[in-house]
Amino acid sequence: MATRGFTGRPPAAEIRERLPPGQYLTDDFPVLQMGPTPRVSTEGWRFTLRQGAKPLASWSWDELQALPRTRWGGDIHCVTKWSKFDTAWEGVTIDDLLAAAGLEAPTGFVLAEGHDDYTTNIPVPDLLGGKAMIATLYEGQPIEPDHGGPARLLVPHLYFWKSAKWVKSLRFTERDEAGFWELRGYHMYGDPWREQRFTGD
Amino acid sequence: MADPFRWRSTTIRAITPATARVKSFRFDALDGPHRAGQHVDVRLTAPDGYQAQRSYSIASVPGDPAGLELMIERLADGEVSGFFDEVAEIGDAIEMRGPVGAFAWEAADGGPVLLVGGGSGVVPLLAMVRERALRAPDVPMLLIYSARRAAEVIARGELSARSRDETGFDLTLLLTREGPTAGRRIDRVMIDTAIECLGMPRHSFVCGGNAFVGTVADLLVDAGVRPSAIRTERFGG
Ligand SMILES: Cc1cc2nc3c(=O)[nH]c(=O)nc-3n(C[C@H](O)[C@H](O)[C@H](O)COP(=O)(O)OP(=O)(O)OC[C@H]3O[C@@H](n4cnc5c(N)ncnc54)[C@H](O)[C@@H]3O)c2cc1C
Repeated sequence: MATRGFTGRPPAAEIRERLPPGQYLTDDFPVLQMGPTPRVSTEGWRFTLRQGAKPLASWSWDELQALPRTRWGGDIHCVTKWSKFDTAWEGVTIDDLLAAAGLEAPTGFVLAEGHDDYTTNIPVPDLLGGKAMIATLYEGQPIEPDHGGPARLLVPHLYFWKSAKWVKSLRFTERDEAGFWELRGYHMYGDPWREQRFTGD
Repeated sequence: MADPFRWRSTTIRAITPATARVKSFRFDALDGPHRAGQHVDVRLTAPDGYQAQRSYSIASVPGDPAGLELMIERLADGEVSGFFDEVAEIGDAIEMRGPVGAFAWEAADGGPVLLVGGGSGVVPLLAMVRERALRAPDVPMLLIYSARRAAEVIARGELSARSRDETGFDLTLLLTREGPTAGRRIDRVMIDTAIECLGMPRHSFVCGGNAFVGTVADLLVDAGVRPSAIRTERFGG
């Protein structure tokens, strides 16, 4: 159904083909979060892999820095409808974290947990094979607090709410347990190319 | 129960100017209830199939007999807000889905409630002010509203009347580009004064442009409000 009188400003073809449905391109880096930016210092910082309540492995800031580093460049898509092209991140892949801990993923799902008590769920296969990292640099600089610094999860092939800011742990879960937004109607998986914004999409 | 995430067509029932740049639009009511502060997604479709989607906060309370109210500010070159400003007419069909969002307050959540809005960021807070008056008049609520000029204040008459007539609701209006407060921004003193008058808020809601929300949320934390008691909504900008 066309909206009477609306023509809009469709972007050029080369932009349009990189934009998932319903998204528009922005040059800024908008911020999406439910509350204030927590003040997270790298001093005393720890990142932990756990299964249920049980810690499996954990790293201090310096220990994390000593792990193999990976760069990722590409497009990111926020459920509030902006997309940003050619972003550049650096950090430690989940594969490298598991390898450093001498672990295999013990279950099929993860709840990522932030210092702000934010949670979001991701299936393990979406975190492996170089698809995700604990990012500590954005465009070569420490990630700003508003964008999740000092460290955030980066799962760029899913809507960006899955890339938990201020990440402090990944908790392996037996079942796919809904996180903060997922409990409030956001999609359990969140593939931008299938426009999985909300439950039922 | 109606599926809030299904796109459905709704009709514009009324259009009223709120300020020189903001218009109020009344639509058919949503199928189900919403919580004050939530938003809807709106989708416009061009004849060639191209679509644009944007989010707009709901200004009305659930069950408002006048229908669902959105207040849309015209932005320079705005693809969607420009359509609403220049093209949309009463009787037009618009696709919408919702309600959506965790930026929400209802009577059962109680108070005190501190609201801080910048510009059109006042829209979801207006719904909370209205909700309080209707369903929780005992809950203390204070709105700090920063706007550039008096003529740009959304729902000015309504908000002043409410702060005059409703015990427990207070309005602090800050004009940043004219009058005695020109040049001033929301600062720690204003937040402290508000908290003195209201009491330490159980819930705080901050809405507006990106930079505004970041600054105010930090000020609230500095003033001793629990971070988990602060909810933010950023319109962009
Ligand atoms: C949860 C949520 C609720 C919202 N509620 C409301 C509401 O109640 N009322 C309302 O008027 N808007 C609201 N917005 C903003 C709205 O969704 C659109 O972003 C806005 O109308 C601009 O869309 P546009 O297509 O007109 O502009 P675009 O064509 O997308 O952009 C035009 C220009 O304006 C800039 N721009 C885009 N958005 C903003 C902004 N918000 N502030 C300043 N500059 C901007 C762009 O960078 C660009 O330069 C809300 C946004 C969110 C995320």
